[in-house]
Amino acid sequence: LSREHLDDDAWEAIEESLLTADVGVKPTGEIVERLRERTRVLGTREVGELRALLAEELVAAIGKDTDRTLHTTPHDDRPAIVLMVGVNGTGKTTTCGKLARVLVADGRTVLLGAADTFRAAAADQLTTWASRVGAEVVRGPEGGDPAAVAFDTVKRGIQDKVDTVLIDTAGRLQNKTGLMDELGKVKRVISRHGEVDETLLVLDATTGQNGLAQARVFTEVVDVTGLVLTKLDGTAKGGIVIAVQRELGIPVKLVGLGEGPDDLAPFDAEQFVDALLGETA
Amino acid sequence: MFDTLSDRLANVFSSLRSKGRLSEADIDRTAREIRIALLEADVALPVVKAFIAAIKERATGSEVAQALNPAQQVIKIVNEELIGILGGETRRLQFAKNPPTVIMLAGLQGAGKTTLAGKLGLWLRKAGHQPLLVAADLQRPNAVQQLQVVGERAGVEVYAPQPGSGVGDPIQVARDSIEHARRTMRDIVIVDTAGRLGIDEELMAQAAGIRDAVSPDETLFVVDAMIGQDAVRTAEAFRDGVGFSGVVLSKLDGDARGGAALSVRHVTGQPIMFASTGEKLEDFDVFHPDRMASRILGM
Ligand SMILES: Nc1nc2c(ncn2[C@@H]2O[C@H](COP(=O)(O)OP(=O)(O)OP(=O)(O)O)[C@@H](O)[C@H]2O)c(=O)[nH]1
Ligand SMILES: Nc1nc2c(ncn2[C@@H]2O[C@H](COP(=O)(O)OP(=O)(O)OP(=O)(O)O)[C@@H](O)[C@H]2O)c(=O)[nH]1
Ligand SMILES: [K+]
Ligand SMILES: [Mg+2]
Ligand SMILES: [Mg+2]
Repeated sequence: LSREHLDDDAWEAIEESLLTADVGVKPTGEIVERLRERTRVLGTREVGELRALLAEELVAAIGKDTDRTLHTTPHDDRPAIVLMVGVNGTGKTTTCGKLARVLVADGRTVLLGAADTFRAAAADQLTTWASRVGAEVVRGPEGGDPAAVAFDTVKRGIQDKVDTVLIDTAGRLQNKTGLMDELGKVKRVISRHGEVDETLLVLDATTGQNGLAQARVFTEVVDVTGLVLTKLDGTAKGGIVIAVQRELGIPVKLVGLGEGPDDLAPFDAEQFVDALLGETA
Repeated sequence: MFDTLSDRLANVFSSLRSKGRLSEADIDRTAREIRIALLEADVALPVVKAFIAAIKERATGSEVAQALNPAQQVIKIVNEELIGILGGETRRLQFAKNPPTVIMLAGLQGAGKTTLAGKLGLWLRKAGHQPLLVAADLQRPNAVQQLQVVGERAGVEVYAPQPGSGVGDPIQVARDSIEHARRTMRDIVIVDTAGRLGIDEELMAQAAGIRDAVSPDETLFVVDAMIGQDAVRTAEAFRDGVGFSGVVLSKLDGDARGGAALSVRHVTGQPIMFASTGEKLEDFDVFHPDRMASRILGM
């Protein structure tokens, strides 16, 4: 976008910056269309002004005043319950560890539940995170029933008067109905102790258009309350969350910025858009 | 909304029969529909552009104009071109003249490397080899234990002299593993490495260090089939940072279209050799370009 005036090339550059950020064909078309409309109305002529308008549009698309509060405050009689879900390898276990770290630093007591009884050494991985950040962990037998581990974790959380319980689950692809049913059961079984406060879908920022399908199916099955966008420390922009916000209204609440315990941050729409646009203009 | 490229093109061509030949406007609309289908399948934009240019040229030729069903003819052309880029035939693993053959795995975090180590181990063991898995991810919490479990399930020995989770030097482990393999008569060494970002210079240098320590016969770049537009940048970063001789597409049991395959192949020229299609160690296959082409087109 080095040109001074708004010609076809300038518009094409804008379109390309959105497409290459995984915003998707349809949202890109709609955003560019709105932007063209606004520049007509405003009489915008300079490329420099365009970037600011585009940023505005994108922030609006991702939800400007969206409530991104993370519900981790304990209830009178029980801990807050957070359930971590998503497809394979996105960063669920790591995010459990990092989130526990944030809460512990806030003076909360945290109990982790290793309800991934399937993947090799998944419970060990969560246990390492627990000891790193000063949280306890409940684990079950390898290959055991994940719903039972999740139930037991909350039960112990109630007994021990813990503030927040974080349940890690196994990665599963959304087109595997058997595994999705299993996840639905995990949530239903925990709910006997009380409503789950947050169901966080962990989405890898490198994910392309399939991210929308992930969000659709996971929210159908476990009613997702927020997204965690991980691996934003890489070159991927994570633009798929715009389509998720627009179609499903699920807000991004947290971002993952690395593999270390402190690499978790609240989502900031302006910052996200700024990084997404990068060198554009 | 049209679901498949066939539907889209049928719509573009619905008026064609009466006209007999493709006008420039027809070609443009055709190109636009193909472009959308490819982008929705996560084919990287620069690859889409190059591809469309090639298709446009063939679509203006007589093979489409004279076809009974122009839409089908264009699909056929697109399909052929896709298969061409994805690699006409599968390339086999390159074995060393003097064993052990060394296979190094590399890729982004969570791509499926450790699982693949087990799959390759099992597959090669069943083919009569004596593979050794090497735990050179000493970074991710309990990656070593994960590989040990995977190795046990595959019935393959795991070389894991360091505890990992932040303790130990992966380059040293990789170097020593070759000597260990010779001593214990293993003919194949599969080196699992930590996930790393393309832009992480320090970890990329570590990967190059591991490579130099083991001189791999094959370096396989493992990439998640769900990856989007970042595929190109990441593939280039791994090509420049460690270099790779083949690609493995993982999580193909999902419903992602998998345009990344096309992008990585197109940009790096390296063949896609294997498909990883599930969490179990048997969920593994050689790569079939024709199936992938249909999948990308949504057919
Ligand atoms: N660079 C980077 N790496 C991350 C981030 N979050 C997680 N990772 C890495 O991604 C890989 C997968 O993370 P996990 O937490 O094991 O992912 P998971 O979703 O629990 O995986 P499964 O349980 O196997 O489905 C690990 O190597 C993590 O260290 C992040 O924000 N940035
Ligand atoms: N459905 C499916 N899951 C897979 C496949 N390959 C790997 N996985 C899962 O993806 C997640 C990550 O796999 P890993 O093998 O740990 O990936 P990795 O590249 O070693 O990850 P890091 O070491 O953290 O970089 C695990 O949950 C695996 O079970 C596949 O082909 N299909
Ligand atoms: K980024
Ligand atoms: Mg996990
Ligand atoms: Mg690994």
